[in-house]
Amino acid sequence: MPSLVSALRLRGIRKTFPGVLALDGVDFDLLSGEVHILLGENGAGKSTLMKIISGASRRDAGTMEIAGVPVDLTGPRHAQELGIGIIYQELNLVPHLSVAENILLGREPMLCPGVLDRRRLRRIAQELLDELGLTIAAGAVVSSLGVAEQQMVEVAKALSLDARVLIMDEPTSALTSQEIERLFATIRRLKARGVGIIYISHRMEELFAIGDRVTVLRDGRYIGTKAIGECTLDSLIAMMTGRDLDAQFPKEAARPGEVALRVEGLGRNGVLHDISFSVRRGEIVGLAGLMGSGRTELARALFGADAIDCGRIEVHGRERRIRSPREAIDLGLGFLTEDRKTQGLVLALSVQSNLCLPSLDKYARGGVMMETRERAAAGRMVDELHIKTPGLQQRADCLSGGNQQKVVLGKWLCTAADILIFDEPTRGIDVGAKVEIYRLMNRLAAQGAAILMISSELPEILGMSDRILVMHEGRIAREFSAGATQEQLLAAALGRSV
Amino acid sequence: MTLKPFLIRYARQFGTLFGLVLLCIALWIATPYFLTSSNLLNIMEQSAINALIAVGMTFIIISGGIDLSVGSLVAFTGVVLAGFLHDGWPWPLAVACGLVAGLGCGIVNGLLVTLGRLPPFIATLGTMSVARGAALLYTDGRPSSGFDSGFRSLATGQVLHIPAPAVIMLVVYVLGHFVLTRTKFGRYTYAIGGNEEAALLSGVRVRLYKTLIYGAGGLLSALAAVLLTARLNSAQPIAGINYELDAIAATVIGGTSLLGGQGTMGGTLVGALIMGVLRNGLNLLGVSSFVQQVVIGAVIILAVLVDVLFKPKKK
Repeated sequence: MPSLVSALRLRGIRKTFPGVLALDGVDFDLLSGEVHILLGENGAGKSTLMKIISGASRRDAGTMEIAGVPVDLTGPRHAQELGIGIIYQELNLVPHLSVAENILLGREPMLCPGVLDRRRLRRIAQELLDELGLTIAAGAVVSSLGVAEQQMVEVAKALSLDARVLIMDEPTSALTSQEIERLFATIRRLKARGVGIIYISHRMEELFAIGDRVTVLRDGRYIGTKAIGECTLDSLIAMMTGRDLDAQFPKEAARPGEVALRVEGLGRNGVLHDISFSVRRGEIVGLAGLMGSGRTELARALFGADAIDCGRIEVHGRERRIRSPREAIDLGLGFLTEDRKTQGLVLALSVQSNLCLPSLDKYARGGVMMETRERAAAGRMVDELHIKTPGLQQRADCLSGGNQQKVVLGKWLCTAADILIFDEPTRGIDVGAKVEIYRLMNRLAAQGAAILMISSELPEILGMSDRILVMHEGRIAREFSAGATQEQLLAAALGRSV
Repeated sequence: MTLKPFLIRYARQFGTLFGLVLLCIALWIATPYFLTSSNLLNIMEQSAINALIAVGMTFIIISGGIDLSVGSLVAFTGVVLAGFLHDGWPWPLAVACGLVAGLGCGIVNGLLVTLGRLPPFIATLGTMSVARGAALLYTDGRPSSGFDSGFRSLATGQVLHIPAPAVIMLVVYVLGHFVLTRTKFGRYTYAIGGNEEAALLSGVRVRLYKTLIYGAGGLLSALAAVLLTARLNSAQPIAGINYELDAIAATVIGGTSLLGGQGTMGGTLVGALIMGVLRNGLNLLGVSSFVQQVVIGAVIILAVLVDVLFKPKKK
């Protein structure tokens, strides 16, 4: 249980970037042994605040106390020395080194100067891992571990630095539900040891499962702090957005038309087996399953990014062979990829270039770009999707996650794709942007698009789908109607027959 | 576009341009002969060959690749061209065949990278040696000289008192800039270099375009070979040694990122001119060629160092 010992105390934190007031007088208290959720939409100032706490960025005004002692951090290293650990969304491990070497990187025990004491290195690391109740071998190579285990290694690393404050930024975004349970077990152990944890996540259900208190930021301002027991999902959403969202999932009734995409007996050796299903115009079909169940692989195979070994694909009633993404796009398919940074966007290119990339032929004659047409098309997308960007020439990596996702979506609106595969369309984006994306999916479906939506968030699948397919080990294990329960989906995803 | 974002966007290029201007002023002070029109035209002419190869290199590096074979391709296409000329072909036809040979060699590089899935460094390291060896075999290691004056006028001729190589260089840069900024080919070059996976999933025919990009590199090497052969009135199998390094240097000084996805044609031109001005100025000052190598190396490091140090850090 949380003590009343203050681990961290911030008052009136202010931070400005050129042209932006990122934080405007934010207060924040962290007690030893509590999990304190930090909540806010993208751009609310969470990341900036975390950077200030972890020493990566300096505050312009305000005070900061660690365990009651006022401090002025000079850099990340200083923060580390004062017991502040941070685990970023993107893990910072050296893949080819062992777990032990990673945990003690830069602080390896030495036999004599220049010579590692490998035995002691292994032992210290193993003790840390055991203490956390982990079954990871200290000698294992990091790249052989799953994402969840790698995250635990990061936790162990932070603890080896004697962290009293641990920041976790979206720690579950790449984890399956079982892995999340393991992470939560570890977090509870950390609490028991008196570590104060700042936990950032967009997955609301997690907050209730693990949080003790929650602080909400909005537009760089401090909105309030509450005990998690006093909150409801709706009240938190209202605090974050400043408005009441009528519903988290604004699903509209579908009017399915003819079959747009039909797949029969599709297989890819070792990955996909005997996949058959269809998606009608106007329909949103949810595709659930655990990580590694073959959902993304199925999407890639449909889109021509990976070859298939057997099976038929029919698009609008005609059998087609799709051998490359180009052919898929020409047939009217669109693929919103799971990871917008590595697969969805060319980060160094402008918003306009990204929006128009798949449909460039429309804005070119004889290979020469028709600049005005391209600009007009991109401008229309920015207006239509409410993409917040200073201009069309802004580089894509300068946008927030939600706006980047809208750009990726916009790419497929530009091609006028009418069979859309959405792979984790709302991963890592804030509640407000999520609802916007859901509304857009509704609108596309109403206009006659067929949508296949892959998601790891069961509430999202249940909230937005007309039908639900559940994959397990490369097969479609079951199909459900919209009225299914989370338990049913999970059971099917785990391969249990119900 | 208002002035300020324009300045920010092109700050890197203007930085290099500023460096070029500073360099010119310094040399002007050091030696009065530097700032004469004949010398400036001379610099353009001297820089043309490296600058032409650097156009292809810029496309290749922006696409995330590298081409080490360009110097050997200059030698190979040069001797092939000389062979056609000595066989009595009309020189425009011989030149065209030389260019096609360069294009073909470039496409081979491209196919090794795309279909063969070789890292560009390895693929072109291999073809660098193959093309050099082929040039030596073809000529038995001897230069072949003596061409008709029509062909030689490509190097010795003038247009409006400007040496023909300089004119060709400027035309190719205007074209290169146009292709890079205003065509699908150019946009795909940036997209492939910026994020190949995203480009592929956006329907870009990555293998086709990469192959064409290396083809363009070969074509421009061949064009450089034409000018070099015409200027020297001789095709030598040992020509073009270290040209790949000069071209890479011009491209990098000009602000193109070796990681791919970023770069401009104007930057490369300035980069090539900086190298040309530096060589010319040091020659005028009577600095030994040994010292010149040291200075040019230092300038490459300095240019990229300035880039790294002054680049606005990401949030």
